[in-house]
Amino acid sequence: MGRLSVTLCGIELDNPVIPASGTFGYGVEFAELYDINCLGTFSFKGTTREPRYGNPTPRIAEAESGMLNAVGLQNPGVDAVIAEELPRLKKCFHKPVMANVSGFSVEEYVEVCRRLDAQAQVGWLEVNISCPNVHGGGMSFGTDPHMAAEVTRAVKAVTTKPVIMKLSPNVTDIAQIARACEDAGADAVSLINTLMAMRIDIRRRRPILANVTGGLSGPAVFPVALRMVWQVADAVGIPVIGLGGVSSAEQVIEMMLAGAAAVEVGAANLTDPWACQKIIDELPAAMDRCGIDNLRDIIGGAKQWEKT
Amino acid sequence: MKQGIYTVEENTPLAEGVFRMRLRGDTSAVTRPGQFINIRLDGKFLRRPISVCDWDDGTITIIYKLLGDGTERMSRYPAGKTLDVLTGLGNGFDVGRAGERPLLIGGGVGTPPMYALAKQLLAAGKRVQAVLGFNSAADVFYADELRDLGAAVRVATADGSRGVKGFVTDALAGLDYSYYYACGPEPMLRAVWKTAVTDGELSFEERMGCGFGACMGCTCKTLTGFKRICRDGPVLRKGELLWDD
Ligand SMILES: Cc1cc2nc3c(=O)[nH]c(=O)nc-3n(C[C@H](O)[C@H](O)[C@H](O)COP(=O)(O)OP(=O)(O)OC[C@H]3O[C@@H](n4cnc5c(N)ncnc54)[C@H](O)[C@@H]3O)c2cc1C
Ligand SMILES: Cc1cc2nc3c(=O)[nH]c(=O)nc-3n(C[C@H](O)[C@H](O)[C@H](O)COP(=O)(O)O)c2cc1C
Ligand code: FES
Repeated sequence: MGRLSVTLCGIELDNPVIPASGTFGYGVEFAELYDINCLGTFSFKGTTREPRYGNPTPRIAEAESGMLNAVGLQNPGVDAVIAEELPRLKKCFHKPVMANVSGFSVEEYVEVCRRLDAQAQVGWLEVNISCPNVHGGGMSFGTDPHMAAEVTRAVKAVTTKPVIMKLSPNVTDIAQIARACEDAGADAVSLINTLMAMRIDIRRRRPILANVTGGLSGPAVFPVALRMVWQVADAVGIPVIGLGGVSSAEQVIEMMLAGAAAVEVGAANLTDPWACQKIIDELPAAMDRCGIDNLRDIIGGAKQWEKT
Repeated sequence: MKQGIYTVEENTPLAEGVFRMRLRGDTSAVTRPGQFINIRLDGKFLRRPISVCDWDDGTITIIYKLLGDGTERMSRYPAGKTLDVLTGLGNGFDVGRAGERPLLIGGGVGTPPMYALAKQLLAAGKRVQAVLGFNSAADVFYADELRDLGAAVRVATADGSRGVKGFVTDALAGLDYSYYYACGPEPMLRAVWKTAVTDGELSFEERMGCGFGACMGCTCKTLTGFKRICRDGPVLRKGELLWDD
């Protein structure tokens, strides 16, 4: 095991850096830019049962130190992911991939998870119960502990691979949702998805996003995400994947000290396509500066300072 | 696509609220007219996409309009300033379809990509005609530059202060062309799509999260499926467009 390696639900990762769903497509665009086998793994675009166009454009708006998106889960559907995307990915990525799944009903989550669970390339299922950009699905499952537990239980019943429940920050008590997922059998949780937000074009006096609201991500959300990772790591015994605004090796370390077993990187990939490769390259030097021998030893390393 | 550090060599006003910037650096990723670059600006999270107006072995020229805070900041960058830029983005125009008498249609800051396109078409021995549309005489730019290259140029202004009074489509009458290339605001593209008689291709804009196909922020529906404006476009074929009126 190298200095950077960590274990996520029994699978060893060469490093904890994982491009986040929706910012890395199905990998091939980035494989043209660098050898994506340097990654711990990556989480592919949120996949649903049917192909989806998503929301009308504009889907993107800028914010101070961040961005809003209201893509609305555009994806080719699980059949095309299995028939086309995974075979293409196989040629350029030789590690287990994290399959991100979305749905509009418990049955849909179950069916898509069951089908992706059967794919040899898939290492983990990351179940997105936190998309703020679609109606009648996504986030509505992630804001109620009973529904979060119901999706978790139903998905666990039909799958063999580790199930990671991806949580929404748009709740009063994220630790409560995390505990509900753990009690229902989740193998890990990842957080945070985007924060519900909006922008208005003051010259045209109308919302910039056609969907009116969107999800905020990028550096602006890092302190919020870190706080939530800290709270959830306290509340559950299963591994926590930390994400939200991470764009440097130092922030990977910070997330891990708060309790993250691995770290996802989202919006940073969009503004610097080589961001994850650079973060991985910079980790050893950042660890040296902080006196860290092995990353896996620092998970939750700031916990002694817990308020009592 | 390549990422590189580019040095501002020139950044000067060209017309009312319009600037031209020449950047020095690696241009090897730029392969076709109609492609764009994506520029990181100090203090801005998202990059700004701007079409390539012209390029050679060591420089890229862009022309941009002051729209909001980002382009406003850009206009104050002095010569010598360095910028982080992604180059070689988008599909660009297909010069192979031009025929003998291609027509280039540019509206406002849709005009810049027509410059490199005209250069390539003229070098290939085509008879190039261009129709450029602006609001008023003070906004006009690159009509003379295109003429100097050897293109036949017509200008239309909305207020009639220069050239034909009206829109680009009002200046198309009587022109004989084999194929067209258009870039400009969407209402103009719609009008061109309806009016122009030959096949052609049109270049679109959309708000972008990445500019290289990763985020699905810029997707539009076409007859040939969903297209990411940044990667499958910005240039789409006339026959792909889903406009129904
Ligand atoms: C492929 C492509 C090529 C372009 N080529 C040119 C060009 O050659 N010359 C030129 O002047 N302009 C061009 N544009 C438009 C240019 O990108 C915007 O005018 C610019 O991003 C505005 O930035 P701002 O900070 O001044 O405006 P703001 O409104 O403050 O920008 C806020 C956000 O909205 C985005 N945005 C605002 N307007 C547009 C728009 N029309 N298209 C895309 N994103 C927008 C910005 O990039 C930024 O992320 C092009 C756009 C695209 C997509
Ligand atoms: C353009 C875009 C698309 C996204 N699509 C998805 C998605 O399909 N599924 C999902 O679980 N999260 C999606 N997300 C959320 C990210 O995976 C991540 O949780 C969030 O952006 C916070 O991380 P960041 O600040 O590093 O971007 C998307 C984010 C962005 C910016
Ligand atoms: S802007 Fe990200 S896919 Fe086009």
